[in-house]
Amino acid sequence: MAVTRGFTGKRRPERPERLPPGQYDTGRDWPTLTAEATPDIAPEDWTITVDGLVERPHTWSWREAHALPGSTYFGDIHCVTSWSKLDTTFGGLAVDELLAIARPRAEAAYVMAHSSTGYTTNLPLADVTGGKAWLAWEYDGRPLPVDHGGPVRLLVPHLYFWKSAKWVSRLELMAEDRPGFWEQNGYHDRGDPWLEQRYQGDP
Amino acid sequence: MSTAEGAITDEAFAPHPWTTASAVDVDRIGDRLVRLRLDVAEPFAFSPGQHCVLRLRAEDGYTAQRSYSIASDPADPLLELMVECLPGGEVSGHLHDEARAGDEFELRGPIGGWFTWTGDARAVCLVGGTGVVPIVSMLRYAARVGASERIRVCAVGRTRIELPYADELIAAGALVALTRENLDERVAAPPYPSELEPLLAGAERAYVCGSVGFASFAVRLLGELGMPTGSIRVEQFGATG
Repeated sequence: MAVTRGFTGKRRPERPERLPPGQYDTGRDWPTLTAEATPDIAPEDWTITVDGLVERPHTWSWREAHALPGSTYFGDIHCVTSWSKLDTTFGGLAVDELLAIARPRAEAAYVMAHSSTGYTTNLPLADVTGGKAWLAWEYDGRPLPVDHGGPVRLLVPHLYFWKSAKWVSRLELMAEDRPGFWEQNGYHDRGDPWLEQRYQGDP
Repeated sequence: MSTAEGAITDEAFAPHPWTTASAVDVDRIGDRLVRLRLDVAEPFAFSPGQHCVLRLRAEDGYTAQRSYSIASDPADPLLELMVECLPGGEVSGHLHDEARAGDEFELRGPIGGWFTWTGDARAVCLVGGTGVVPIVSMLRYAARVGASERIRVCAVGRTRIELPYADELIAAGALVALTRENLDERVAAPPYPSELEPLLAGAERAYVCGSVGFASFAVRLLGELGMPTGSIRVEQFGATG
C-alpha cells in the first residue's frame, strides 16, 4: 500500500455503493476493447447455436431468435479495465429461453461462449441461467452497434464485461471448465467484479 | 523463440500481486505526454506488448487505477510508461500535472498475453498515437536480441511532437506517417497503401494498436492489402482517463 503524494482523486463517485472495488464511473462514455478485427455480420447471416452437453442441440436464425419471448436488462456493466457504466439498457433474449429448448444435460456445468471471430470465454452454467444472462441486440432502444458486438452479443452483466462475448455465435455446454481466450491469457475464470476477480490467481 | 536475457517465453504471464513503483524520471513531452521511468520494488518478467495497471492511492485510501502499455524492453532495469493526458483524466491528469521523481505508485503486471511479440513471427505493426507504446517495447527488444529484421512498423501521428517516440521510431527504420504536418519530403497524409505494401511483404502477423477509430481504419487497410483477418491482433483503447 503506497500513497501517491499529492493525489486526491477527482471523480469521487456520486453513488459509490454502485461501484465494485477499483472501478470508476465512465459516465456517458462507453469505451470499446477488442482483441480482434471487428467483423461485419449482417443480421440475416447471424445465427446462434447451443450445443455440447444438451439434449437437443439447436441453431436459431435472427428471425427465430426474435420470435422467442424477449426481455430487457436495465442496470450496470463493469469492465476489467476499471470502468463501470451505470444504468444501461439492453434489449434481447434471456439465455434461459434458448436453454429451455436445448435442455442442458445433468452433467453440464460450464459454458464456452464462442464468437464468429474465434473469440471464446468460459462461464459457469449457473452464471448464465436464472435470468442473469442475455443475448443482446439492442442498446438504449437502438440496434447494438457493431463495435459493441452487434448484431448480437452475450450479456452477463454481473461479471466483468469480457465474459459478455461480442458477436456471439455459439454456446457450448461442458462438464469441465476450460479457459477461453482471455482466461488463457491471464484473466480470471469467473470474473466477479464485486470480488475483484480480475486475473488468474485472484481469490 | 526464447532468449537467455530478459526472461522471455511464449507463455502468457499471470499478473503478479500488487507491488510498489517509484518514479525515477518524470519527463513531460509536449503538452499532452508524460514519460515515467519506474523503479519496481518487485519487478516482474513480461513480454514486449504487455501492459500493466497503475494505481494511485490518496491519503484517505481512495484509489484510481488505469491500464498502460509498457514501453521498455523486458531487460531494462526500469519500467517505462508513456501516458497521454486526457481531458479531465483523473489518473493521467495527475501524472501530467503533479507527478515528480520520487513519487510512489502501486503497480500490477504483466497483463495480456495476446498482444505480444517475442520474435516468433515476422510482424508488421500499424499503430497510431499512443498506440506506438507497446511497439516501442517490441522494437527495443528486437534490437537487443538481433531480431530487428523480423518486425516492421508504420506509426501514424498528427505531428512529430504529438507522436510518442517519433525520433526513436524514425531511427529504428519505422515508416512514420504524419497526418497534420510534413515530415521531410513526405507530405502530411495517412499512410498510403503503396507505402505499407513493402512492410507487409512476408509478414505472418499484424499488430494494430490505437484508438477505436484508428484501429478500424488500420484493420481495413491491412485487409485490403491481403493480410488475413485472423492474423491481425488488435489492441484498441477509448478514452478512459
